[in-house]
Amino acid sequence: MTSNRSRTFVLGEKKEMVESTYLALDGANAVSHAMRQINPDVVAAYPITPQTAVVQNFSQFVADGTVDTEFVPVESEHAAMSACIGASAAGARVMTATSANGLALMWEMLYIASGMRLPIVLTVVNRALSSPLNIHCDHSDSMGARDAGWLQLYAETGQEAYDNTIQALRIAEDSDLLLPVMSCQDGFITGHGVERVGILPDQTVQDFVGQYVANYSLLDVENPVTMGAWDFTDYYFEHKRQQSQAMNESMPIVEAVSAEYEKLSGRPQPIIDTFAMDDAEVAVIVLSSAAGTTRSVVRDLRNKGVKAGVVKPRLFRPFPAQRIVDAIKNCKAVAVLDRAISFGSPDGMGPLFLDVTSALYNAGACDVPVIDFIFGLGGRDMTPPMVESVYDQLMQIRDTGDRGDIVRYVGLRG
Amino acid sequence: MSERKEAQAPELDLPWKEVSPGGVVDKPGSSVAYITGTWRSMRPLRDHDQCTQCLICWIMCPDAAIPIEDGKVKGFDYAHCKGCGICVEQCPVNIKEPHCETGEMGKVIQMVPESGDEDNADDE
Repeated sequence: MTSNRSRTFVLGEKKEMVESTYLALDGANAVSHAMRQINPDVVAAYPITPQTAVVQNFSQFVADGTVDTEFVPVESEHAAMSACIGASAAGARVMTATSANGLALMWEMLYIASGMRLPIVLTVVNRALSSPLNIHCDHSDSMGARDAGWLQLYAETGQEAYDNTIQALRIAEDSDLLLPVMSCQDGFITGHGVERVGILPDQTVQDFVGQYVANYSLLDVENPVTMGAWDFTDYYFEHKRQQSQAMNESMPIVEAVSAEYEKLSGRPQPIIDTFAMDDAEVAVIVLSSAAGTTRSVVRDLRNKGVKAGVVKPRLFRPFPAQRIVDAIKNCKAVAVLDRAISFGSPDGMGPLFLDVTSALYNAGACDVPVIDFIFGLGGRDMTPPMVESVYDQLMQIRDTGDRGDIVRYVGLRG
Repeated sequence: MSERKEAQAPELDLPWKEVSPGGVVDKPGSSVAYITGTWRSMRPLRDHDQCTQCLICWIMCPDAAIPIEDGKVKGFDYAHCKGCGICVEQCPVNIKEPHCETGEMGKVIQMVPESGDEDNADDE
């Protein structure tokens, strides 16, 4: 089926860089400002720590009349995503946010949003899933949703959270994609950490996101359609194959939007961020805020003559397999830092490790010794000495050729 | 009936690249065009001569698979009848002669197992 609407952007369109205004914002508030500038048609949300700040600040913009968004304060996250799906099916531009158990309560609806190809943007402020009850950061929430058919971006900083939110909307709404996007940032560490965040002018963001014109609208009584219909043994498989292909082919769309935003903002928007990787012998792959700590340690190691590097994927779904393989294939030892456990996977590996090693195997790059470090569960701090210990163990593997334990833990007592 | 039958179902033989993204059904009447008669394991049969035309089966049929013409039940729309048997349960008429199709006493509408040979065209 061909799209009957024009793209929201034109590839290769030249835009001059626009100066940002710098504000002291925490990561959650940075997203609230991105949402304010986007001015979505509908936001349906339910509060949960540490996401609450996102929609709390945004609801203030609604109350102040700064935006004309229809804000729906629902009774649960399941209802929040349900309302988002309904609004998106009606043709609205829709955003929401959640964390941890809130995301878990959305589970059923996550698959419905992606299966119906509704371009909803969801900010996830990453927080550990209960039980035991914990409000602090790890990635067990969004990693559990990694097969739900949503694209996933992970932000290292409040700045990236702001930038990713704006790009996420354009990626999701691309007429060749039409898939929902999860934009993640670390709870408290990023979400509540105040930093210097560059904010583009409102009009620049408005121009960048353009106007969303849905292919179909349930409110279009002249052209009635059925969405989310019965799809039995004779259709479902084809629809799922098509959905998978949309995800498989989404990378060029993410690249195009990132390139355009990079030009506009003057801030690099790599699919994977590589630091000191050109000649790196020992390297770490890590998502989100811990990448900053790792980079700082690598600077010190480089000063001591250690050929260390860092790879930080900004995009996790679709998984940038080839880029990661290319970045690490010449390393002598690599560690993946996982802020979640895929329970029951071999030795209790983390989800990032599973995908990295799968990518290496499928690329035929099986000679690189890769180990997995589970870290930071439930908000456990990842300090520079902990990162140093990771590189120490990598250097040992590099020197001895002995891979040793594949799954290790850092920052864990005992 | 003729108007309803013009409705289009999403084509069954479409390859995956050509199916509607997200399963959107962008034409009306797909439930008419979508054949559910193949799901049936039991087939309702009516003894027309003994039927009193009370229309209770027509009211109760959850799939609108009992067409009427000139105020009388015409038979069954076997292209859509799923064989749920509600018409048999609801039929209030106890026949006086053996059923013309089954040879059994009982109600005007009776269920028989599908042999697999029957076509799914409308009755009559």
